[in-house]
Amino acid sequence: MKQYILRRLLQMIPTLIGTTFIVYIIINMAPGSPLSHMIDPTISGEALARREEQLGLDRPLLQRYGTWLTEAAQGNLGYSTRYRGRLVTEIIQSRLLATVILTFSSIILSFILAVPIGVISATRQYSTLDYSVVVTAIAGVSVPVFFLGIVLIWAFAFQMGWFPVGGMVSAGVRHPTILAWAADVGKHLVLPLLTLTAANTARFVRFTRSSMLEVIRQDYVRTARAKGLSERVVIYRHALRNALLPVVTILGLSLPFLFSGAIITEAVFAWPGMGTILIESVSQRDYGLLMGINVFLAVLVILGNLLADIFYSVVDPRIRYD
Amino acid sequence: MSRFMSRFTRNPAKTGILNETNNNDEVLSPGKIIWKRFRRNKIAMIGSFILLILIILAILAPVLTPYERDAMELQNREEPPSSEHLLGTDRQGRDLLTRVLYGGRISLSVGLVASSLQMVIGVILGSLAGYYGKWLDTLIMRITDMVIAFPFLALAITAAAVLGPSIYNTMLIIGFLTWTETCRLVRGQFLSIKQMEYIEAAKATGANEFRIIWHHMLPNALAPILISSTLIMATAILVEAALSYLGLGVQAPMPSWGNILEPARSMIVLMNMWWLWLPPGFLIFISVLSINLVGDGLRDALDPRLKN
Repeated sequence: MKQYILRRLLQMIPTLIGTTFIVYIIINMAPGSPLSHMIDPTISGEALARREEQLGLDRPLLQRYGTWLTEAAQGNLGYSTRYRGRLVTEIIQSRLLATVILTFSSIILSFILAVPIGVISATRQYSTLDYSVVVTAIAGVSVPVFFLGIVLIWAFAFQMGWFPVGGMVSAGVRHPTILAWAADVGKHLVLPLLTLTAANTARFVRFTRSSMLEVIRQDYVRTARAKGLSERVVIYRHALRNALLPVVTILGLSLPFLFSGAIITEAVFAWPGMGTILIESVSQRDYGLLMGINVFLAVLVILGNLLADIFYSVVDPRIRYD
Repeated sequence: MSRFMSRFTRNPAKTGILNETNNNDEVLSPGKIIWKRFRRNKIAMIGSFILLILIILAILAPVLTPYERDAMELQNREEPPSSEHLLGTDRQGRDLLTRVLYGGRISLSVGLVASSLQMVIGVILGSLAGYYGKWLDTLIMRITDMVIAFPFLALAITAAAVLGPSIYNTMLIIGFLTWTETCRLVRGQFLSIKQMEYIEAAKATGANEFRIIWHHMLPNALAPILISSTLIMATAILVEAALSYLGLGVQAPMPSWGNILEPARSMIVLMNMWWLWLPPGFLIFISVLSINLVGDGLRDALDPRLKN
């Protein structure tokens, strides 16, 4: 087991290098020199060239990537051009909490909703209920996330006035206690959470249902029924446990999708997380920050896949890795 | 993952599609059998019907509306729906119904082109990996792993910002980020088809490698490629809409369903001018939904094993 984890960790390194290299190439396709966005445009070409030489910007791409990689390996993802030389890692850190609150609460909520719906739908395959779940789930994955967000803002923030239209805390309000702060955040969280959770739940319902359908045809489920166990025990004790395994793996593999949904949700609701700074750094041409966010998310995705695999190998003794 | 994939990596010859006959014991071609199964699926038929209507509306756009696509009436800006402008006008005084109809052309074409592009990339890389195996397989699968690890939308946004937003870059970006599933499917299919006797027979007759791949192997892998490409087309339309909504996809004055919605990022538009965002958003939803329904219906029709 230990060896397997170690080997997987080592295998991660080339993937990480490859992924970051491709992102690096894409960022470097940007027209003009990175300096041209930072300095006085009247500066002479000669002075600019001298500065570029100083910073090593005149060196070949591969060499620059090498420098970047050495620094990144030590935890330095470079500097933001917009925030006057603030560290990229520092900026990401300052926005991480908001994204974590939104993403994690959505994953947990959609999991809680999706598993029972998927199970009930699968155990009553071809019933009217099953058909409506299937169609609703397809509709759920077909709604553009930003459009759902817009509709929710329009309905529940403008028409009803129940929730704020965006942001994470009310502007200009000082919260006396952490509880008051949490209540304020909670109120702001409802609509973005609903938006993101709708899409995630629909996906998870589909996974749970198809996984469950596969499992309830297995021989051991028939055996469990044959020895007289109640249907409840058969479904929830025997079948569900095994059906959830692939669902958890899919959850790990869904991270790119989850982040994509979070980015667009944050953009719609001005939720001050990583997605919002990503879009801000696009309009500010802050390539240092763009690179940093992409790399950070890529590392999370790769780690997520690794964790899902390890989890799978721990809980499923049928799978042997050596 | 492999358990999920196994349902796609099935050869039509093995699933019994070819052996099915109708009541008169008349042998039906595989295409007819698939069509028969697909037709029985009411939900999928509704999906194809809606999709067909959307395509016809997009094609007939110039006939259906008296207005020019980009014609502005500056004295009639931000007008609510009226008998003259059925869906009102936008901030430049352009007829919104016209924009939405023409936008369908752009959005659907971006979906189709991006999905075809990923299919070409996925099929080529997947066949190379599956047929030749060895180091080429390892290399291609490693690249696939890397692309899967991309933070999809973050990278699409970054690439659009760096390359400059345009309809062609949108197609390219989506195509280059979505081919991994097709590649894995084709590779999986090829690994099993390679062992078949008819491939051995083809080799014995002296067919060259290209002929074996193109004439003997690909046709047998067509069903899963088609299913996944249909579903990826739905994703492509969603991604195009998201990029265009953020101002990083199709650029005005060319309309796409996504960029018609862009003004709704302003709270004033969102609050007061529903006709600017509701119709295009609804059409994105309906078109993606119908494509997904068709894709699911195709899967059920092509892989009857899942139907029991």
